[in-house]
Order: sequence, then C-alpha cells, then structure tokens
Amino acid sequence: MSRVGVFVCHCGTNIAQTVDVERVAEAAKSFPGVVYSSTYKYMCSEPGQAMIKETIEKENLDRIVICSCTPRMHEVTFRKMLKGTKINPYQLEIANIREQCSWVHTDKEKATEKAINLARMSVAKVLLNEPLHTSSIPITKRALVIGGGIAGIQAALDIADAGHEVVLVEKESSIGGKMAMLDKTFPTLDCSACISTPKMVDVSQHPNITLMTSSEIESVGGYVGNFDVTIRQKAKYVNHDICTGCGLCETKCPTKVISEFNQGLAKRPAIGKMYAQAVPAKPVIDPNACRKLIDGKCGLCAKLCPLGCINFEDEDKLVTEKFGAIVVATGYQLIEWGELYPEYGGGKYKDVITGLQFERLVNASGPSEGHILRPSDNTEPKTIVIIKCVGSRDPKKGKSYCSRACCMYGAKHAHQILDKIPGAKVVTFYIDVRTPGKNYEEFYDNTRHDGAIYVRGRVSKIYEEDGKLICLGEDSLLARKVAVKADMVVLETAMVPAVGIRELAGMLGIAVDNHGWVTEAHPKLRPVETQTGGVFLCGVCQGPKDIPDTVAQAGAAASKVIGLLNKDSMETSPMISKVDESKCAGCGFCVKMCPYKAITLEDIDVRQGPKTVKKTVAKINGGLCQGCGACNVACRTGCIELLGFKNNQILEEVDSLCL
Amino acid sequence: MMKYSFFPGCSMGSTAKCYRLSLEYVCRQIGMDLYEIDGWNCCGATSAHVMNEVMGLALPALSLAKAEKNFPHLDIATGCAACYSRLKTAAHHCKNDAGVRYQVEKTIGMPYEAKREVLNFMDIFGTEEAMTAMQEKIRRPLKGLKVACYYGCLNVRPAAITGAPDRENPMTMENIISLSGADCIDWSFKTECCGGAHQNDATTETRPLVDVIIRNAVANGAQCIVTACPLCNMNLEMRQKEYERIFGTPRIPVFAFTELIAIAMGAHWNEIALDAHYTDASKIIAEAIRAGKEADVK
Repeated sequence: MSRVGVFVCHCGTNIAQTVDVERVAEAAKSFPGVVYSSTYKYMCSEPGQAMIKETIEKENLDRIVICSCTPRMHEVTFRKMLKGTKINPYQLEIANIREQCSWVHTDKEKATEKAINLARMSVAKVLLNEPLHTSSIPITKRALVIGGGIAGIQAALDIADAGHEVVLVEKESSIGGKMAMLDKTFPTLDCSACISTPKMVDVSQHPNITLMTSSEIESVGGYVGNFDVTIRQKAKYVNHDICTGCGLCETKCPTKVISEFNQGLAKRPAIGKMYAQAVPAKPVIDPNACRKLIDGKCGLCAKLCPLGCINFEDEDKLVTEKFGAIVVATGYQLIEWGELYPEYGGGKYKDVITGLQFERLVNASGPSEGHILRPSDNTEPKTIVIIKCVGSRDPKKGKSYCSRACCMYGAKHAHQILDKIPGAKVVTFYIDVRTPGKNYEEFYDNTRHDGAIYVRGRVSKIYEEDGKLICLGEDSLLARKVAVKADMVVLETAMVPAVGIRELAGMLGIAVDNHGWVTEAHPKLRPVETQTGGVFLCGVCQGPKDIPDTVAQAGAAASKVIGLLNKDSMETSPMISKVDESKCAGCGFCVKMCPYKAITLEDIDVRQGPKTVKKTVAKINGGLCQGCGACNVACRTGCIELLGFKNNQILEEVDSLCL
Repeated sequence: MMKYSFFPGCSMGSTAKCYRLSLEYVCRQIGMDLYEIDGWNCCGATSAHVMNEVMGLALPALSLAKAEKNFPHLDIATGCAACYSRLKTAAHHCKNDAGVRYQVEKTIGMPYEAKREVLNFMDIFGTEEAMTAMQEKIRRPLKGLKVACYYGCLNVRPAAITGAPDRENPMTMENIISLSGADCIDWSFKTECCGGAHQNDATTETRPLVDVIIRNAVANGAQCIVTACPLCNMNLEMRQKEYERIFGTPRIPVFAFTELIAIAMGAHWNEIALDAHYTDASKIIAEAIRAGKEADVK
C-alpha cells in the first residue's frame, strides 16, 4: 500500500492570499493513499525542505505531492532534495496551484476548490509513478562554432582559452563578419578594425582553434555531447598550405566584379582576399567570376604565382567531425529595402545608400579612403539626410521589431559627417531615439550639440530634382511638412537573419521565430541555450543587438559550452519515450513526427511460436529524445509511452477529477 | 473580344467631355464595345465610405450588380480613378468576405456575386490585343512631344486591392502613350495625390499638392501632362491661373491620355472637343504632328 505525503506551500502570500491552503491540506487527507498532509510558508526554502525530508522518514512515505508553483520553477529543486532520501526523485508530483490557480483567480472560494482538485489529480498520478533512473552519456570535448563574426570569434576564443578544442566554421573566405566592415564603433568611437582584427589574428594563431573558412554546415547528426557534423569546405582553388599570401595573383586578374565587402561601392578581382586584413590572409578564387573556371580561358594568376598554389581543378570537400557542443553565431544581413521602399527610389538613386555602405565610405580602408563622397559623382555632399527605422518598427512595410543598433550608429554617422565635412548639414528623421546603453545617451546628446538636426517623423518620398535628392517628410512635433534638399541620403535599414538560417536551424533541430531569429530556450533565464541540448546561440542570430551585447552574449554562450565540456559525462533525463516492441507495427509515423530526429526504424528478431522472424520497430535514441511526447500522439498502435507521463497516469488524473 | 460593361461615372457627361469623346473615338477606331450599365448610380466617392462603411460598398455594388445582371460575361470598365477605386473596393470585399457580401446584398436588394473584374482604361488599353489594334490605327505620330504620364493615387493604391505591381513608378500609361509616337518623360510625381475633391473644401492644404506635381513635370522637361481620371485632370488643369498667381506655377496643357491617342489616330479637333481645354495646346500638338510628318517623309 502506497503512502503519499501532501505538502501545501503558502508561497508567502502568493498562494495563501487567494487559496485557503489549510483547507487544501485538510481535504488532501481524504484522498486515497494519502497518509500525511501539511502546509508551510516557503516549501522550497532550506527549513521547508528539511521539514519534508524529516516527514518522509517519520511517516515512512514512499511518494510525495507538493502543491506549489509551476514545476518549471522548482521541480528540479525538489528532485535534488529527494536524492538523499529513500524516495526516488521521480516519485514526486508538483501540483501547480500558483501560476495556474492563485495568480489567475480572485475568488478565494473557487480558487481553493480548484487547488483541491489540482492536488487530487496529482495524488492520483503519483500513485502510478514508477521509479526512474538517469543514465549517463560520454561527452566529446570539442566545440563547433558556426559563424566567424565577432560573436563567433569571441565564443571560439573563450572556449579555446578554457582548454577545449574549437572548430570555427565561416562561409566567407575570411572571418571578421560585419564588424570588419565598420569604421568606428559607438559610443567610444574606437576604430572597429583596431579592436576586432587582433581578435581575428588570435583565432588564427590559437593552438586550440581550427579555422575553416569558405565552409558551410552540410548535415548534423547525433545529440548533446556527441554531435556528428558534416562540413562542406568549398573549393578555394588556391592551396592555402603553400600560399604565403603575397598578393601577386590579384594584381593582373582581368575580371573585376562588384565587391560584396565594400557593399557594391567598389570592384574586386576574381581572385583575392576579401579585404586587406582578412584572416586567413590568403586569396581564394570566385568561381562565379573567374574566366578560367567559366570558359577555360585566362589562367593569368596561375602563371604569376611563384609557388604554384593555384589549382583550377580544386573541388569541394566534405569532412565529418565529432563535437560535444555547438554554438550558432550566424549573425545578420540588412533587409532588401529596394522593393519595400519604391518611394525612396527603390534603389534607382545612387546617392541613397544604406548605413553599411556609409560605413565603407567613411572607412579609411574603404573605396574612397575615408573621404565621404557621393557614389554618383565622387563629390563631397554638403547636406545629408539620415533616415532611421527603414524596414524596422513597421510591420506594414518591413519588420515589426526595433533593430536596436540603428539609433546609435545613426548618431555616429551624423557625428562623423559633421566631423569630416566642414559646414555640413545633417538632418536625421526618426520615430523615437532609443539610447539605453552605457554612455549612449551622452553620445546622442553630443551629436546634437555638434549640430545634427533631429526631425521626429518619417520621410514619405525621395525624388531627384536639379541634381538634389528632395526628401519630403513630416515634422510631427511641429505638425508640419518638411522638404530637405539633400546631396546624399543614408538609410539605416533593418537587420534580418542571415541567409540560410532556416535550413541550418532545421539541421540542428532548433527553432526560429516568424522572422527567422533563433529562439532561445527561455527569454530571461536561459538566454543563450536553445531547446535542443548542447546547441547554444550568441550574437545577432538571436535578434538585433549591438557589439557590446553580442560580445557579452558570446562570452555567456562560451561559459555554457565550457561548463558542458568540463564534464566527462552527463546525465540524461529519464523522462523519455519508450517503445513497446511487441505492439509496434513499424509504420514510421513517429519518425516523421519527431522534431529531434530521435527515432529510427530498426529490424529486430522476434519469436513467433517456434520460429524467429524479423520485424521492423521504432527505436528511441535516449540521448536525442527530449521527452516532448509528439510521437505518443502520432503512434497508431499506442505502443509509445512517455516515461513519467504514461497514458494510464494521465487517464488516472482525469478520472480522479471527473469521476 | 474587346467588350466591356461601362460605368461612366458622373464626370464623364460634364467636366470630362474631352475624355469621354476621345475615349469613344479610340474605342470606335479599334472596334472596342462599351455597354453602358443600365441605371448606374453614383459610386459614392469620396464621401459615402467615410460616412458609412456599408453604404460605401453598397452604392458601387448596386451598379456592379446591375452590370452582372445585364452583361454577366463582361468585365467592368470605368474611366475615373475614384469610381475605379470604389467599384474595385466593393468587388474586392464582396469577393473575399462572405459576411460583407451578405450585408451588401441585403442593402441593395439584389444578388451580387462579384464574378467579373473591375478595370480602368489603362488596364484595358494596355492589353496586347488593344495595343496591337491601336498601333494599326496610328496615322499621324506625335513626334517629339514630351509627355508626363500622371496616374494619380487611386488608380494604383491601395496595392492590396488594385493589385498594381508598382505603386510608385507604374508604366502602363507610358506604354500606351508611346504608341502615339510621343516621348514619355521619367518623373517623380506620377502617383502623387492631386487633392481629389478636397480641392473644393480644403484649398490651403490641397492647392500646394498640385503645384509640386506640375513643377516636377516641367522640371523634367514635360510639355504636357496626361491623366487617366476626370478629377485629376480638372484639378491639374482648371486652376492653373490660380496656381500661377499664388505659387508662380508654370502653365502646362493637361489631357486625358486617350486624347493624345485619338489625335495620333487622326481625330479632328472638333471631334474630341480639344478646344474645350483651359490651356491652349494647339501649338505643341501642331508642332508634334508636323515633326511626325517630316520624320515620315524622311
């Protein structure tokens, strides 16, 4: 005969104010199997836990029900508490009488009645709980970081510094990401390259870091602690083992194509480094531009190369490696504003540029060597309009969210224009100015003192007349229309997730929101984890943020990875699905349903009378299964059950309430 | 088959005389038949839908329902941007929302299934069949005439209802006008608001709207503006003297786009009431015709 103890928590006044906890405890005494019940002010506190443990001994309890807050909050706490007792940690049920009762009701009478019912259901279930035991899986002590922007660089360095091997995968030919394109960083105005390139060099020289550029993730298998990741190393057509990065090959290349790094403001040869400070500092050939690769003619670079590094026969390589943890740091790109804003010319005016293009213009290593010149005629613009929230905060046009960094880099752009062009006039159109970072408001204030004019309102139209870009807009504070004759317009456009994030998320079994930002496991309490064990995130791939936040988040993700990799093995949750092979028909429905790729079909031998026959059944991978229960619902024969949430346990709960 | 139910709207018989005559002329020339909807009524623009949403839909729907009853296989054509907007909106909502359709049918007291499309004359003349037919009838090209094509706002907006692919820089009117041999200029105020009916009641706010439209057309080298809406045409043309006095706005002839096609097809001055315009355009038209003839001789 089971002996159940019921413990009802007051949670200070959180529960006790709306639920008569004494009545709940009293009522619980009459439930079948209950031999003891009591209340306490804070069940989760040290004395509360001690009281429960004492009672278990004294009353010889073999399972308990705690009526308190959500199991998401303290189930783990109470399971840990039970470890030292004779009760298995899974012989515990939590009746949530706070979030699902006291917090959402005002009528004390009805709330108490509901709390009693919730307790009744938990007692009914706990009577059927079976002891469950965790198992442990070994951990591969290597981490994979996907994305070589500042987020990925920082995460890789932090993990590597802690002594773990890291592979950093970057799809471009150099690491550095967007930060490498920037000129100066707000609010301190230190040079972006000066603070990011040393880190890039650190990555290339770190004994624990293997850098894979021009590479992309092809497939991901396995589970936390034991991922098998196949990486596609795209053909570089240059042997980087021999290449010294002398740069001779670039000099004579006859093909010039638009430079992505310079945001279309300059051209680059078909062979070359992405930019001067690229890491690795070695060239690659762009197969979409190279004449030799397209029509077999040319090959000048191969003739020039003194070491014979050029190999036009180079092919993509696939490598599969094992990792214990994965960090997603794929970053962002800017929204394609042209189609969304035909009223801004939709891209037909050369002097309407994006913020990132402006960064290249104002950058000393950019196409104009840091002189702010109009792309159309290379003259110095005198009046410049900055438009913020282009594509951001506007669900009708672009995205509903705020891109967070634009207010500050918009202020920085205004400052740089006023600094570099004597007598320049800057008019910034804004919806709100959001400057919540350290020293941000002061920076914005200084920019206004420098002379930047801030106009609260949106620009409705940009058109060209007499060589000027006329910006029509509204000053909503003065309730009047304004028209500014500008020489150049800078659009601070919205950040959107990097191309391919949905495919990558699919491979990793992690979720993205409707915009494509990677979803964190908990927005407040687990901000760098994903809901798939062993996969972490950092940087803008999770949502727009600036460099300080990105670096902080990268450090946080790294510390989570280090925490995981420091263990030799890890415990797995025993609350996973289990297949009754005798009932399984091998239909494979569950395989399709499983979001974690934890189920496979397998042939097993079964005895049928005197004969042994082959039979296909579903098999659960305990390391991958997250206990979501999707397969339970899909199973037509009802042969899959989730341990801890078996069908009979749930039915018993329902019966206890309804019968 | 170039046959359409025709919703003329109130201006076609009055202020838009030139538009209607030239429209009918072009239709005659290319063998396009317009069947005027029997018993059509006011489309409700622009006050009905602000006063009462259902009434705003029921008024145009009544005419559409009659068209559907009399000419069930014909799409509905209208020459006015405001009529187009109201008819199209009513058809759109009745087609996509069963609840709205029920309410509208109750109000107008007859069935309306919204099966046929509502089209403006740019849609209609822009079809390949109509373009080919018009091309064949051009007898005296208007060589070198610089034209600014003005669409106004309601012919393209809101995009969700009109389905216009480009609401800032549409090109259908340019394609049609270029048949006449004229050159269409690239300019920035094609779909800007002319003030609509508010030119009558909110003059201080709306007069400047036309000033910038005309200025931009002239700044980009236009010799005349063509429109596809009687009200746009009136707002751009009728008060030019006043604009000139207040803002110093340059004077420029304004036509319905069908007028230029009709002239190029050889329409006589009187046939399409070209002299009914406020700004004398005889010079530039004559010059364009002469240039066209000279080019032909060479």
